[in-house]
Order: sequence, then C-alpha cells, then structure tokens
Amino acid sequence: MDKPNDNWKIWEVFIRSKNGLSHKHVGSLHAPDADMAIKNARDVYTRRSEGISIWVVPSEAVTASSPDEKEPLFTPADDKVYRHPTFYEIPSEIGHM
Amino acid sequence: MQIKFVKYPRFIAMGEVQLEKRFQDYLDGENKIEPKDWMPDAYRKTLIRQISQHAHSEVVGMLPEANWISRAPSLRRKVALLAKVQDEAGHGLYLYSAAETLGIDRSELVDDLLSGKAKYSSIFNYPTVSWADMGAIGWLVDGAAIANQVMLCRTSYGPYARAMVRICKEESFHQRQGYEIMLSLANGTAEQKQMAQDALNRWWWPSLMMFGPTDDLSPNSAQSMKWKIKRKSNDELRQEFIDKTVPQAEFLGLTVPDKDLKWNEEKQGYDYGEIDWEEFYNVVKGNGPCNKQRLADRVKAHEAGAWVREAANAYAAKEAKRKADKGQAA
Repeated sequence: MDKPNDNWKIWEVFIRSKNGLSHKHVGSLHAPDADMAIKNARDVYTRRSEGISIWVVPSEAVTASSPDEKEPLFTPADDKVYRHPTFYEIPSEIGHM
Repeated sequence: MQIKFVKYPRFIAMGEVQLEKRFQDYLDGENKIEPKDWMPDAYRKTLIRQISQHAHSEVVGMLPEANWISRAPSLRRKVALLAKVQDEAGHGLYLYSAAETLGIDRSELVDDLLSGKAKYSSIFNYPTVSWADMGAIGWLVDGAAIANQVMLCRTSYGPYARAMVRICKEESFHQRQGYEIMLSLANGTAEQKQMAQDALNRWWWPSLMMFGPTDDLSPNSAQSMKWKIKRKSNDELRQEFIDKTVPQAEFLGLTVPDKDLKWNEEKQGYDYGEIDWEEFYNVVKGNGPCNKQRLADRVKAHEAGAWVREAANAYAAKEAKRKADKGQAA
C-alpha cells in the first residue's frame, strides 16, 4: 500500500471565533505545508462559522512544561494570597474598590 | 516527580503500584488526564483502541450513506446528506487527532483499518437498500451513537472528551435530518409509509446491538468504568435509547419490530425482547452482509486518493523551492 502522506507534519490549530477574542486551541491535523494546513483547518474546524481567523503551528514547534514540574512551577503561587484583592480589608463605607 | 521511579529500576515495581494508585485517586476525584500526564500502559492502550475504532467507524460510516447522495430525492435532501457525510469525515479526523496525542501515528491506524486488522462499528456492515434507510440511519444509528457520545463527553481523557463535545454538537443535526426524512415518508403515500416501516424493521435491532454485549458478558466494561473512560454501562445506554426512541416511533405511526416491547411502570422504562447476539458476533467476525464490500470500498477510496496526496506533496515542494529562490534573490 502506498503511504505518500506518512511524512506529513502535525499542525496545532488555533481559531479566533470573533474579533475581540483570542485564538483558542481547537485540535490538530496533518498537512504537507503551512498553507495547506490553513486550508485543511478551514474544512475540518470551521464548517459552522466557528471562526474568522486561523493560526496553524507545527506541533514540533511547541515547547510545553512537563507535568512533573507542576508542583515546583505552580504551587508557589498558591500561598501568596496577598496577590489577591480580597486579602486587603477596606472599610465598607469606602464602597467598591 | 513521578518519572523518578522509572529512573531507578530497583523501584520500578513499587513505583508502578504507587503511580497507579495515585492515578486512580486522581480519576476518582473527577480529574481529567491530559496527554503528557503519567498513565498506566493499559489505560493508554485501551484508549488508543477505543478512539481509533471510533475514528474508523466515522470513516467507514460515510460509505452506506454516500451510496444515496447521487439519488437523493431533492436538492434539500442532497445538501443535507452531503453535509452529514462531510461531518463524518471531520469526526474521523478529530478522533484520529485525539488518538495521536497518545503517541500513536495516524498512518499506523489507517493501515490497520485498510488491512482489516482494526475493527469498526458493525452497524456499517448492513446495506442501505432504500432512501428510507437514510432516514432510519440518521434517526436510529446516529441516535444510538449520540447516547454513547454524550456519555463520552465526560470521559476521563481530555482530548477524547473535547473531540466528543464537538462531535455531539454536530450529531444533533444528523439525527434531526434523519427523523425529518422518516416523518415525510410516514406522512406520505401508503407505499412511502411502508418504506419507512421496512427501514425501521431492518435497522431497529442492529441499532440496539450498537451498545455492545449485555453487561454480564462485557468483560472490559468494568475496567473502563473504573478508569472513567466509560461512564454508563452498555445496558444502561441501551435502555435510555429505547425509552427515548419508542415514543418517536409512535409519533411516526410506525411499529417497533419487537413483540415483547412493553412499558414497565415499575422501572419507568420499556421491557424489550431478546437481542440476537449470534447475529451480532457473526457480523463482528466479518460475516455481515457488507463487511467485505465496505473494506474493499475503503481501500479503493484510499488508493484512488493517492494522486491528491502526491499532488499536495509536489505543491508543497514547489512552494518551498519558490520561497527559497526568492530568499536567495533578495
């Protein structure tokens, strides 16, 4: 059996649903180059007016944090309650601040 | 943190047990697993098998309906059927993408389908002999698929759950267009109504079989439920589907082909007759009415599409060269 598509890259697809909102990751697909990845993304991910703008990024270009680093990376923020507005007591006479 | 155990072979045995316990606790807390998280090998393998079978089913599922695109009775029906079949191609792609996040290559999955090694839903090994079958498939087959897929929106593997959310949104149109076809036929001439009844007769039991063997004979179900890949048992889903669908058949003025079908006030659901499991296993083994034809058609479509893939490669190479030349000139 022929396998001419074996070397097609995987692309991550991001869609902006409307101006004013960020592009959001929606999934991935295979394509031989970036232009065709955009065309495929249009067919696969925007059949029902889901978007007005598409980004495609080669999956291999994404650098991700490792789940093993979850604790050292993210738990230090958990005990820094003073970074949140509710940490500070403001007299009720002042109203909303 | 978790990986440390793997680095020291002495601790592997202990590490695995602890990791699996932690994994299960995490699932029991209704947390989702994402691609780079640690997961037991068997969980990964089960998901690859299930998601790829699901993808293959979407892809093969295009064939019985494509059979009627050129003979749809009106332009309205034709555009709807085309859109539905196109959705199924899209659903196959969402699912292959989800499977790939588990570290398997799509081409390997496609090869397994084309070589006949991989399974897909047996329902697509039944023939579509009349236009009314387009109605019955949308209403019953997609209806049964939706019951299963709504449950899978809460499955424990993140990428699979997200693919299911997209798919469920789109499937609703599939079922409604099917029911509308049934409704038109049921309200048409006596002959048209008979076509609808005939389609219901042929698709009812295979649709019930889509939920798989009864709970007592479904050996993998317990583990899948424990891992929260499955959230409801085969029999639960089947019962839900029957309870929802029987009143819809009554509204059409059609008769469900089960003489034992009866409302059970106590369980607030229908009792139903014995499913012919011999037929089910026979089709699963490859002896259904269309198994060979479906696979042959799929292989033919794949081979006939080779020039498109080659052309895409050639175009990509040409564009890359053009860009490089331009860069040199500048």
